[in-house]
Amino acid sequence: MEHFTPLASTIGGVLIGLSATLLLLFNGRIAGISGIFTGALYRKPGDWGWRVAFVAGLVLGGLALSLIVPSLFAVTYDRTLPMVIVAGLLVGFGVRLGSGCTSGHGVCGLSRLSPRSLVATLTFIGTGAITVFVVGVLGGAS
Amino acid sequence: MNKQVVSAFFAGLLFSVGLVVGGMTQPSKVVGWLDFFGDWDPSLAFVMGGAVLVHTLLFRLVTKRESPVVAEVFQVPTRRDFTPRLVIGSALFGVGWGLGGFCPGPGIVSVPTLGSEALAFVVAMAAGVVLHETMDHYRSKKRAAKAAAQRAVADAS
Repeated sequence: MEHFTPLASTIGGVLIGLSATLLLLFNGRIAGISGIFTGALYRKPGDWGWRVAFVAGLVLGGLALSLIVPSLFAVTYDRTLPMVIVAGLLVGFGVRLGSGCTSGHGVCGLSRLSPRSLVATLTFIGTGAITVFVVGVLGGAS
Repeated sequence: MNKQVVSAFFAGLLFSVGLVVGGMTQPSKVVGWLDFFGDWDPSLAFVMGGAVLVHTLLFRLVTKRESPVVAEVFQVPTRRDFTPRLVIGSALFGVGWGLGGFCPGPGIVSVPTLGSEALAFVVAMAAGVVLHETMDHYRSKKRAAKAAAQRAVADAS
């Protein structure tokens, strides 16, 4: 509990909520990052530029902030690279099969009281918690 | 089109700031948040809570408009059915989230750090996405062929 940051996390959350609102207000789109990312991988005329631009915004924001406050990007956990690769495969496949991730279901979906998104969010938080527990028990974190 | 690119870029930029300030680009914090049975760090509940609170209020205001500012229509999901795909996909995503400590947004935002974890995660995530889209493509092709065959049989009889 020594790293509890309720204020910064609330501010971050508010900014995420404002960003999702901006994309909805201007582009009429849901800020679901897995969906936007997938669309950016597959070029489709008329529905591609804004997706690439959104991902570029994420990356450029990350670049600027990683230079200003590198501590906010600290990777201080003890997962091995093979674990991270398996994690990436599961995340990529899972978010597509389940039609969304933390942003699309967890933020945008819950905000419009979508029952599908509630089920999805409870499911991925649940299996995420079980995974962290199991990895801890197995001592894979060593 | 050009205006859509500009607004999407700024939305992405703002989103990245929110993720970083909120602590989502520190995978140990994500793991700490999912560690309900251990040394639980509730911080990330405040990220989701803050985002949902703001967006719930503003979503209602924005969708009162006839149309978005630089696009023709609002494209908001309307499905309400529960499918095995929704639950299985979300379950797999959760396992990956707990295992690696990254979800898609923070992974992408962390790419410029050139950290090996972030790079490995995003490349593997893209591979997972492509794997799903390829399987889905063949699945729907197979289904279309089956439907066509059934139509042909129905026409013949």
